[in-house]
Amino acid sequence: MSLLDIRNLSVDFATSTGTFRAVDSVDLSVDAGDLHAIVGESGSGKSVSMLAAMGLLPWTATITADTLAFDGRDLRDLSPRARRRIIGKDMSMIFQEPMSSLNPCFTVGFQIKEALRQHLDLDRKQRHARAIELFEMVGIPAPEKRLSAFPHQLSGGMNQRVMIAMAIACKPRLLIADEPTTALDVTIQAQILDLLTGLQAETGMALILITHDMGVVAETARRVSVQYAGQKVEEQEVASLFSDPHHPYTAALLAALPERATERRLPTIPGVVPGQHDRPEGCLFSPRCKFADERCRTVPPPVQPPAIGLARCHYPLNVPEEADAI
Amino acid sequence: MSDASTTIARTVPTRRPGRLKDFWSSFRENRGAVIGLYVFAAFVLIAIGADILAPYDPTAQHRAFTLVPPVWQDGGTWQFPLGTDPLGRDMLSRLLHGARFSFFVGIVVVVVAASGGIMIGLIAGFAPRWLDTIIMRIMDIILAFPSLLLALALVAILGPSLINAMIAIALVLQPHYVRLTRASVLNERGKDYVVSARVAGAGLLRLMFITVLPNCLGPIIVQAALSFSTAILDAAALGFLGMGAQPPTPEWGTMLAEAREFILRAWWVVTLPGVAILVTVLAINLMGDGLRDALDPKLKRS
Amino acid sequence: MTAPEPVLIADALGRDYSVGGGLFSQAQTVRAVAETSFTLAPGRTLAVVGESGCGKSTLARMVTLIEEPTSGRLVIDGTEARPETWASLRTSVQIVFQDPYGSLNLRQKVGTILEEPLKINRPELSARERAERARAMMELVGLRPEHYDRYPHMFSGGQRQRIAIGRALMLEPKLLVLDEPVSALDLSIQSQILNLLMDLQERLGLAYLFISHDLSVVRHLADDVIVMYLGRPVETGPKDAVFSAPRHPYTKALLSATPSADPQGRRERIKLSGELPSPLAVPPGCPFAPRCWKTQDKCREERPRLEGEPHPAACFFPEN
Repeated sequence: MSLLDIRNLSVDFATSTGTFRAVDSVDLSVDAGDLHAIVGESGSGKSVSMLAAMGLLPWTATITADTLAFDGRDLRDLSPRARRRIIGKDMSMIFQEPMSSLNPCFTVGFQIKEALRQHLDLDRKQRHARAIELFEMVGIPAPEKRLSAFPHQLSGGMNQRVMIAMAIACKPRLLIADEPTTALDVTIQAQILDLLTGLQAETGMALILITHDMGVVAETARRVSVQYAGQKVEEQEVASLFSDPHHPYTAALLAALPERATERRLPTIPGVVPGQHDRPEGCLFSPRCKFADERCRTVPPPVQPPAIGLARCHYPLNVPEEADAI
Repeated sequence: MSDASTTIARTVPTRRPGRLKDFWSSFRENRGAVIGLYVFAAFVLIAIGADILAPYDPTAQHRAFTLVPPVWQDGGTWQFPLGTDPLGRDMLSRLLHGARFSFFVGIVVVVVAASGGIMIGLIAGFAPRWLDTIIMRIMDIILAFPSLLLALALVAILGPSLINAMIAIALVLQPHYVRLTRASVLNERGKDYVVSARVAGAGLLRLMFITVLPNCLGPIIVQAALSFSTAILDAAALGFLGMGAQPPTPEWGTMLAEAREFILRAWWVVTLPGVAILVTVLAINLMGDGLRDALDPKLKRS
Repeated sequence: MTAPEPVLIADALGRDYSVGGGLFSQAQTVRAVAETSFTLAPGRTLAVVGESGCGKSTLARMVTLIEEPTSGRLVIDGTEARPETWASLRTSVQIVFQDPYGSLNLRQKVGTILEEPLKINRPELSARERAERARAMMELVGLRPEHYDRYPHMFSGGQRQRIAIGRALMLEPKLLVLDEPVSALDLSIQSQILNLLMDLQERLGLAYLFISHDLSVVRHLADDVIVMYLGRPVETGPKDAVFSAPRHPYTKALLSATPSADPQGRRERIKLSGELPSPLAVPPGCPFAPRCWKTQDKCREERPRLEGEPHPAACFFPEN
């Protein structure tokens, strides 16, 4: 059984101009020890789907799903109390902006000890010791001293380490990292990614990495979901995703990377991601897809079998011979 | 030109709602604000059409009918639906004309205070540090006085009349606009579009009035709506204290003051102007809150 | 063939800020940029790379004549840039910012945004001529004629960046400063804008000063590269040389830290320990010494000069 099991998850937001479907029938299953990346552009619903699983969406959101379970427990009909016991302990999350995720009024030591107090049965001394131990684990130099620092006294990279320390404080079984390095510099990004993958390997927790950076995906993830306009359009192992993308969107996205370009002019994807007011009828990618035909524009595409990367496409690319025969 | 540049243009989404529609739909979400808007609209209509709506001249005295109660009380007549005051003047006509004065006070005070305040605020926002400091300290000093007391003192110097009361209130309200404008100017000044205008060679005046000012208007509009009600309230208070409009002007605050002694015998002479002030101020405040919610993107739900 | 006259010459450019200096504290000096020299010829792209705090944005602001250098000399299009000559140089250099949401005035229509530079600098043009030029520019940057009367909020990020580029080009500048022009854009839009920039450069012979932290974009677009660290250039040279054989350890670490979109090529990264020192307390020797893996005593005491072959690097013990 998978640790996190999501089937047919949709999230609708009530906006002043009608409802907006941010996540559209997304499936995801993550096993213990997995390192799964969700990649997509802004507006692809990659963060929203995870926030829905964490129960962190505002009240304007309506969540519907066939299954939304963590470790076999349905997350939808948990009482707020029971939910709090899971969220932050067994399942935790770190965000893009480490500066704004920490409360500027309290020292980082106070904040991490507060997290420990909420979830673990430790006395004051044990909490202090555990906090130092956690700071050492995430590579913060001079942890004793840093415990009494305020967030604004630390750099972005250090704050992100503090956030990671807080997130892993209760030995979670699933850590969701939402663009953890986007606000950081390249050399610091490398440090944080190494730290996350190292911790993942060490503790055996599952890690879901939400990102828009194909480079980060290629260097860290094992399995990858590609999301577009709220839908998961493809899911594959990382190596085969980069070598044989099945969905035209994935293929186009990879081709558009400057480092993969073979000539000076970059291949482009025309148009923009559809928004609330211009959602196409059939395949959501059809207005921008160079393979699209009449069927794509009118009929929503099926999800292909796992051999074809679960691609949500009428005409998947790079189809292996034997799969084609079926 | 080649593919990249032209294809994007062809798939442009244009079905996004316009700004006005967007504003209205978020304004409409706040029911209190919409009710406030309707009441305010009624208030404006009454102020404009007071001459047509009022059955009598507001200063005409019907000596045979002093202190007639409203129609629903014993002794009331349809001739004077809301009764008459001690001098036999029709309450309804006086209240309707009072709306005109209140509206006039609100408009003049807001226009004077806002235009002056915006000008000074813009200058403070763009000025060198020393000038900015001088301006802001002066504003702090004005703000340090209790506003009504300062207005009273000003009226005492200028002499009691409605015009002087308006000048005094405008002066007292002005620092709020200065602070608000300066704060938004400082906030906008660091943004890229302002830098881009400077790179394009825009002069100081152009930067102030064409580039920055239109982008600061949101909070100023809200402040204007809210200070409209403050102005009405302050004018009524000054009138009540005998420092604003002078009798027989049918100004609501002055009406209250005139009828003070009859509060036990004829409740309507005191209560009705009070209710008129209350309803108007409440409606404008509700509307102002709605405006703030709709104009401030940070408070939007989605 | 003689080399064309450079549009931009920077000679030992520097910019200090004094920070603090309130009632009770002594003002401190921060060297945001120091001793930066380069030349840029028409039709060429010079990329400035480095992490946040390396002074690349300050450099951009100096070149666009928003801030006055505190030391050094800046020559644009043959004229030395001093506050007195800024007004006359405004038409020669323009800037495109990172965030297309903040760099356009939301209260102005696209037409007004495009025409404003002309209105200010070319008062002799009639309203009709201005509108004609704005429409021609819209076509050039790939916007449709009917966009002329729309407000920026109706456009997506990529289209807004087209408007921003169009506005910058209205005065027919010779030099365009691009301050992270694509890093706020989605990947699928990024390539459209990069192509547009390359097209425009070919057609108009523009010189680009391209500020970026994204090495894969720089590698694709640039002709020459300056790598900056804590306000000083640490390595400079032709793109291919710098990328294939970096000489400064920082350049090497930067290249190694950039994730590449190739899962097969996962490799051991050079891990830099520590973080950027505070610009208030720059180490006396080589600014990179506290994080470098080959630091020796000399590095901590003496500041290395930007020199050497095949391309200059500020390091006593260069790689390659």
